[in-house]
Amino acid sequence: MSVDTATVAKIASLARIKVTPGDLEAMVPELNGILDWVEQLGEVDVTGVEPMTAVIPNTLRLREDITNADPLTGGGIRDAVLANAPAAEHGFFGVPKVIE
Amino acid sequence: MTNLTDLTLTGIRDGVAGGDFTATEVATAFNGAVAEAQEALNAFIVTTPEAALAAAAKVDADRAAGKPLGKLAGVPIGMKDLFATKGVQTTAASKILEGFKPEYESTVSQKLWDAGAGLLGKLNLDQFAMGSSNESSAYGKVTSPWRRPNDTAALAPGGSSGGSSAAVAARIVPAATGTDTGGSIRQPAAFTGISGIKPTYGRCSRWGIVAFASSLDQAGPMAHTVQDCAVMLEAMAGFDAKDATSLDMPVPNWEAALSGDLKGKKVGIPREYRIDGLNAEVAKSWDEGIAWLKDAGAEVVDISLPHSKYALATYYIIAPAEASSNLARYDGVRYGLRDLPDGANLQEMYAATRAAGFGDEVKRRILIGTYVLSAGFYDAYYTQAQKVRTLIARDFEEAFKQVDVILAPTAPTSAFALGEKTNPLDMYLGDVFSVPASLAGLPAMSVPAGLDSQGLPLGLQIIGRPFDEQGVLNAGLAIEQRAGFSAKPEKWW
Repeated sequence: MSVDTATVAKIASLARIKVTPGDLEAMVPELNGILDWVEQLGEVDVTGVEPMTAVIPNTLRLREDITNADPLTGGGIRDAVLANAPAAEHGFFGVPKVIE
Repeated sequence: MTNLTDLTLTGIRDGVAGGDFTATEVATAFNGAVAEAQEALNAFIVTTPEAALAAAAKVDADRAAGKPLGKLAGVPIGMKDLFATKGVQTTAASKILEGFKPEYESTVSQKLWDAGAGLLGKLNLDQFAMGSSNESSAYGKVTSPWRRPNDTAALAPGGSSGGSSAAVAARIVPAATGTDTGGSIRQPAAFTGISGIKPTYGRCSRWGIVAFASSLDQAGPMAHTVQDCAVMLEAMAGFDAKDATSLDMPVPNWEAALSGDLKGKKVGIPREYRIDGLNAEVAKSWDEGIAWLKDAGAEVVDISLPHSKYALATYYIIAPAEASSNLARYDGVRYGLRDLPDGANLQEMYAATRAAGFGDEVKRRILIGTYVLSAGFYDAYYTQAQKVRTLIARDFEEAFKQVDVILAPTAPTSAFALGEKTNPLDMYLGDVFSVPASLAGLPAMSVPAGLDSQGLPLGLQIIGRPFDEQGVLNAGLAIEQRAGFSAKPEKWW
């Protein structure tokens, strides 16, 4: 399966990365080079093989049902959460207008 | 007095504990070495001499007060700029995180500070740890301290932990953290003549490490000796409830159990790693490693890992897929760069921010990852890759029924020149020996084996069973004791 300019433009749009027509031209052969190469996996017989879900068997844990058990990952730290925002306003993340 | 910057991590720890010198003297010496080398090597993105001195002053005060000292008391280290450090810029070597000062400390770095280590600075890397040469950093390439004889061509320090490897090899830090997703600790260690270990997946908490491919990312130490790696890994490892894949197991005392005596141990030599056209000097170094392990008492066994040839392609589907998902968080809203063209709406702001903030290799991987996860292609690429990954892990399981550790080269060549590899695929192929252990989550380490005919270091890789870092370290020690590697880059900076 190889990709063309339109497909790469669509992928870039899905990935929310703006690309110029010049970028697209350069990316098509590069991505095709990589995709042609990974095609080799198609020749592996995987009949009856389960896809890997965890490399090291582990059980998922439930945390204690307590709010703010860990202050680092709990709530009530608005200013710390906003400290690195490029446009924090009035205690919120500022973004361009999304409602017309 | 000894040249403090020539000391190993354990040498510094013991010297500080014994009162041969103070932690402040050590930090001052390394701060000077860091400053002197920065322009030539570009190993650091940010240097923090005051932090190193403050940590040292505390160790000196604790010692004077007779308080117990930590495992790394008085040891200043370099921190790969992928670990969140509270109040100190953390960028993953990307423009998209320029100026980001975390409000929290990563679990691994906190453990290191708790053990008495100090921060010399944040080390350069390939952008988002994607690369094998350190050329994809937005903050400039790192130059290896190694050069070919009578040749000033700048060589790659390896990647992605290239700032870490260059800094340790140049003796401007005694040890550094690295992270390894497909070989990013082991390959740079091999390129620069140092040691580095990637522990079993889950040993070191990923909390606070900028995520690349979460099912593969593991932190580990990079240092001069196997013993140094053992000590530093003890300080870094341990259960952390904040990482869902953290292993809830006690951290062994690896240093105390170090032994280069391999009597009764079996070492597997995977025949599939003797790839067509294997570099003759790499093959020779591998043969020497086999002889050294036999000399250490091990029995050498020929083994087969039949799906090895598919590991790279598997990795270059899974890692970009996970990266495309992980890197969706960089949106110009919560942290880092925002590019808001005049009149742009929210979606356009996302696209402009990500176009301006991510480097070419990062974009390439996000696009590949997005493609292999997209409707209609998911099963053909991603599910197929995860199935092949199961087969690769199964190959190792079978092999470890017969042998205790596996010996292989770390990388297919010694260091190449910066700018030499321009095709992304050529760069990917350099990960051929390091990627399989990553896909299977196994502990693996690189130790220096010798110099090739160009005078550049070659590394040997030991891969172990899950949780058997001790077996890996012991085989590494057996090689270290026999390789007698003492070469250092000649100082030109």
